[in-house]
Amino acid sequence: MAVDEKLKIELGKQGVMVTTIQELYNWGRRSSIWPMQFGLACCAIEMIATTMARYDLARFGSEVFRPSPRQADLMIISGTVTKKMAPQVVRLYNQMAEPRYVIAMGACAISGGPFKQGYNVLKGIDRYIPVDVHIPGCPPRPEALIQAFMTLQKKIDEQHLTGEDRPRHLDEQAPGEFNVPEFGEHDLEPPSNPGTWTVPKIIQ
Amino acid sequence: MASSPYFSLAVLFVVALGFGLAPLGLAWLWQKVFSPAKPNEIKNAIYECGLESRGDAWVQFRSAYYLYAIIFLIFDVEAIFLLPFAVAFTGLGAAACVSMLVFVLLLIEGLAWAWAKGVLTWA
Repeated sequence: MAVDEKLKIELGKQGVMVTTIQELYNWGRRSSIWPMQFGLACCAIEMIATTMARYDLARFGSEVFRPSPRQADLMIISGTVTKKMAPQVVRLYNQMAEPRYVIAMGACAISGGPFKQGYNVLKGIDRYIPVDVHIPGCPPRPEALIQAFMTLQKKIDEQHLTGEDRPRHLDEQAPGEFNVPEFGEHDLEPPSNPGTWTVPKIIQ
Repeated sequence: MASSPYFSLAVLFVVALGFGLAPLGLAWLWQKVFSPAKPNEIKNAIYECGLESRGDAWVQFRSAYYLYAIIFLIFDVEAIFLLPFAVAFTGLGAAACVSMLVFVLLLIEGLAWAWAKGVLTWA
C-alpha cells in the first residue's frame, strides 16, 4: 500500500480521493464477476433464486450469467458432481479465460455430501480444479451464496498485482491447463490432479 | 475551418471515437504487457459444451427425404387449402378456380410421382 490508510481517510474527509492502480484494477474486477450459466443439481435452484428479484445478485455486479465459458469469470459448482460429469466440468473450467474463480456450492461439491458413499459421486471437485470459496449447506440458502460472492470479492480485493501472491493470470509460471480426467475401469483416471490436490495421509 | 458550423460536431465525433477506443486499446495493452497468454489444446477447442466434438461438421442428409416432403404437402397442406376452397366455391370467380386447379394439379402430379415410385405401398 503506497498511501498510509489513516492519511487516506484524513484526505477523504477533506474531499481528496487517493487511490492506486491496484485498487482500481481490483475494484473493477470484483465488481463484475460474471458467473457461468451452469447448474449441476438441486443447488442450482438456489443459485437461480439468488439471481432473481428477491435476492438480486445484480447488486454485486454478477447478474450476467454467461452461456459460454470464454466470457465467464466464475464457475459455481452448484451441486453433486458425478464421475460421469466430472470431465465435462474440468474441461469447461479449462476453457474459461483467466482470471477465473470457482465457488464450490453445497456439501456435494465440497466433499460428495450425502452421496459421498456413492460409487458414482466425485468426493469434492477440488480434486481436479482449484476452489476459491467453499459454502457448506444442503443446499446453501441464497444468502449463503451471496456471502460466498462477498468472500470472493474480498479475496480479489486483497490480491496484489506484483509479488508472490499475485493472481494467476498475471503469473507467467502459474499453470493454465488442468488435467481432464478420463473414465478408467473402476474410477476416474487419475483420481485427482497431483498439482491441485494432495491425497490426505492417515496418521495412526 | 474553425468557422465551419460542423467543426464542433467533428470535434465531438473524434472525442466520442476516442472515448470508445481508448479503453479497448488500454485493455489490449494491459493484456500484452501484464497478462501472459496461456493457450492449450483444451482451451482452444471449438466446442463449448464440455464435451469433445466428434466427427465432421459437414453432415449430409439423405436426399431421398424429399419424398416425405411431397407426401406431406399433398396430404396435409393441400387439405388445409382445400377446405376453405370447398366452402367458398359457390362465390368464386373463374380466375380463382383456375389458380386453385393449377395448385391441385401440381400436387396431383406429385402424388402420381410418389405412386410411381412405390412410396405409397408398405415395404
